[in-house]
Amino acid sequence: MSPGLAPARSVLPNGLVLLAKRTRATPSVTINVAIRAGSVCDPVDATGAIHLLSKVIDRGTTTRSADNIAEALDSRGISLSVTASRHLLSLICTCLADDFVDVIALLADIIQRPILPPAEVATRKGEVITSLRQDEDNPGVRSTEALMELLYPAPHPYGRRSKGTIAIVEELNRHELAALHAARFAPCETSVVVVGDVDPDEAKSAVALVFGGWSARNPPSVPVSSPPVPARRRRLVIPMMNKAQADIAYGFTTLTRSDPAYYACWLMNHAFGQYSMSGRLGDSIRERQGMAYYVYSALDANVMEGPLSIHAGVSEANIDQAVASIDEEVDKLVTNGLTQKELDDSRRFLIFAMPRALETNAGIANYLQTAEFFGLGLDFDVRIPELLNAVTLDEANAVAKKFLSVDRATIVIAGPYDQ
Amino acid sequence: MLRRAVLGNGLKVLVQEEHTAPLASVWCWYKVGSKDERAGQTGVSHWVEHMNFKGTTNIPRDQVKGIIEQFGGSWNGYTWIDQTTYLETATKDALDRMLFIESERMANCLYDPDDCESERSVIISELHGGENDPDQFLDQELVATAFKAHPYRHPTIGWLSDLQTMTRDDLYGYYRRYYIPNNATLVIVGDVNADDALRRAEQHFGKIPAGETPPRQQTVEPEQTGERRVTIRRPGTTGYLKVAYHAPGVTNSGFDALLLLDAVLSGAYGMNLWSSFRTPAPQRSARLYRRLVQQGLASAVNGSLLPTEQPFVYIISVTATDGTPLAAVESALLEELNAVAAQGITPAELAKAKAQLKARLVFDNDSVTNIAHQLGYFETVASVDVFRDLMPRLAAVTLDQVAESARSVFSASNRTVGWFDPLPIA
Repeated sequence: MSPGLAPARSVLPNGLVLLAKRTRATPSVTINVAIRAGSVCDPVDATGAIHLLSKVIDRGTTTRSADNIAEALDSRGISLSVTASRHLLSLICTCLADDFVDVIALLADIIQRPILPPAEVATRKGEVITSLRQDEDNPGVRSTEALMELLYPAPHPYGRRSKGTIAIVEELNRHELAALHAARFAPCETSVVVVGDVDPDEAKSAVALVFGGWSARNPPSVPVSSPPVPARRRRLVIPMMNKAQADIAYGFTTLTRSDPAYYACWLMNHAFGQYSMSGRLGDSIRERQGMAYYVYSALDANVMEGPLSIHAGVSEANIDQAVASIDEEVDKLVTNGLTQKELDDSRRFLIFAMPRALETNAGIANYLQTAEFFGLGLDFDVRIPELLNAVTLDEANAVAKKFLSVDRATIVIAGPYDQ
Repeated sequence: MLRRAVLGNGLKVLVQEEHTAPLASVWCWYKVGSKDERAGQTGVSHWVEHMNFKGTTNIPRDQVKGIIEQFGGSWNGYTWIDQTTYLETATKDALDRMLFIESERMANCLYDPDDCESERSVIISELHGGENDPDQFLDQELVATAFKAHPYRHPTIGWLSDLQTMTRDDLYGYYRRYYIPNNATLVIVGDVNADDALRRAEQHFGKIPAGETPPRQQTVEPEQTGERRVTIRRPGTTGYLKVAYHAPGVTNSGFDALLLLDAVLSGAYGMNLWSSFRTPAPQRSARLYRRLVQQGLASAVNGSLLPTEQPFVYIISVTATDGTPLAAVESALLEELNAVAAQGITPAELAKAKAQLKARLVFDNDSVTNIAHQLGYFETVASVDVFRDLMPRLAAVTLDQVAESARSVFSASNRTVGWFDPLPIA
């Protein structure tokens, strides 16, 4: 059996996890730091606080001004990406290998000692508000956010807009962000992944040097409940009459990432809306009927039951036909299931696509961070073929039957349509 | 090491061994893009690209799906102003399959009339999707205003009326005119043996006959003699400003200096059209970021200078923050550009711009797919040597050259200003 990635995993005495993997394709290193402080940690009355924190956390520390940080990054050609997903706040960048020690020290400083300057908070708030205004005019964003809100009704955090609302963002201040940082950032909540042309022992020494002295209380866990299962079909129209075409978001809640049926669901979704040119959905809506430039389905199994959502961009004249075609494909899948060939094709593709997914430093780092977050194990890349090969056609069809139903579909249409 | 060959039928072949992963990437590039289209047929290059995924004499329509996926591979293609290209990246044992697909695409595509009709509505949907984005819509209008004669003026997707009226014969005729070995470059990069790869390329492509040299567009854009403006007033939520300046093509000596100037103004993206723009530019200390974003006038600013065969435009794009008038954003932007035109840049700025580009060019080449893209892209718009010499050329650029670039490019008479000025949504 291939040894696979076999990353070096170590845990500092303060609980911080390091995963290091050496590659030599280019003289560069990708650093991916994840803190379990995603938007589920937003206070109930301050949705968007974590998102704003992600925008301002790297704008000054107790020892470095925002200008110093900007100079340190720009002079090395580094673009630091700080993003907040549902469960993680991530800092990701790629640097030249020669710069690794300096850059990991900079990231450690940003994570542990941000000062969140009021002027920077004000500027970033303006950016977030502008972004929220852009989203208001974007049918793709509007349809997806409305779908999530319907599938995950309040107070479920998956249904909240992670950027918050303009009214809430306007009221957020430095003190709230600092309190959130103090409450949620801790070494035991943090995993650092280093992939590239650096020796894993050197990576460990560098990480220990800059993160080893970090101490913070263990944050309490954030309770997240299961979403309700819709009892009936729902349909919401968001008229956007200034738009040239509509976006359809059509979805269901499904299962958690740790559910044993996850691999069957992964394969089912891949055959349904991803394989080749978007699976069965693409065959019908794009290839046979020529109704849409894009149509696909996506499965986002997460800590809690994530969504399986179908997305399509279609002209006003084709909206009803596109929804009817999605209904038809969902119904066929539930009633007749996939064929053995469809299942095998998707399985073979996902297994053989592994080398591509794990070719670049950024790809490997993202994969290792995901594996760490979900506790999949250091040998997960080696076990994927066995996990996928174990899925039977009956299991794949059973998850389709369990989670998908035309009668329980939630459908949102945003665009030049008001029926 | 890069191996080059030219087959008897004129097909250029570039092979580079990269043994970092058990993968191979094959790209087939055609020297045809939207600048080669005549009036009434705008969008034909892109539509032809779509049709070339719909089956061939030896790959029936129903066997297209899965042909590369069974090797864990991905495939795609794109069309732009100078070029059309297709790629597959898959496990290395799929090399023959990838070469077979590309040879079929070059010689034997079907153009079934029903498929042509079905794809017409798919492409119109793609066009409408682009119009949904005010930023993209403004970009299209800006370029159409900046050029009055050169075909770089029309969008790659085409004008709607042309997409509604073109026929299957228009598409097929265009395909036959340009999809010939002596108008193409085949690139193979990955865990391959170069001699073996060249042999296989000969096996798959060697028998395809050369064609008549395709016609080339001759129009040279006349020098712009005064500022041009386009203002779009449509319902929306956000104001966008774009400023375009006519800029040198990639083989012009002024290109490198302008690339470094762009890095000083808005941060260096890199040079890979396939991958660079997926990662934001390092720009927090860049002049325009500090003036526009840090001052709260804009939520985003980006510069775009892409390698093109003929002189295209350098575009600076700005998203105004909510409530900020576009006039205030434009005024601040032009003040910065006038300042750099008058005073040039500092030695520290030049050194930083060079360091940024050096790093980004490393990051641009982190996979067999990205390396293959760069080799084929440059060979198609200029020469692969232009790409290979890029680093030393950038290193040699002087402060005076950057100052001269700023002076010559950032004049009012060379400028086209575009506004998307949103009207309230009813």
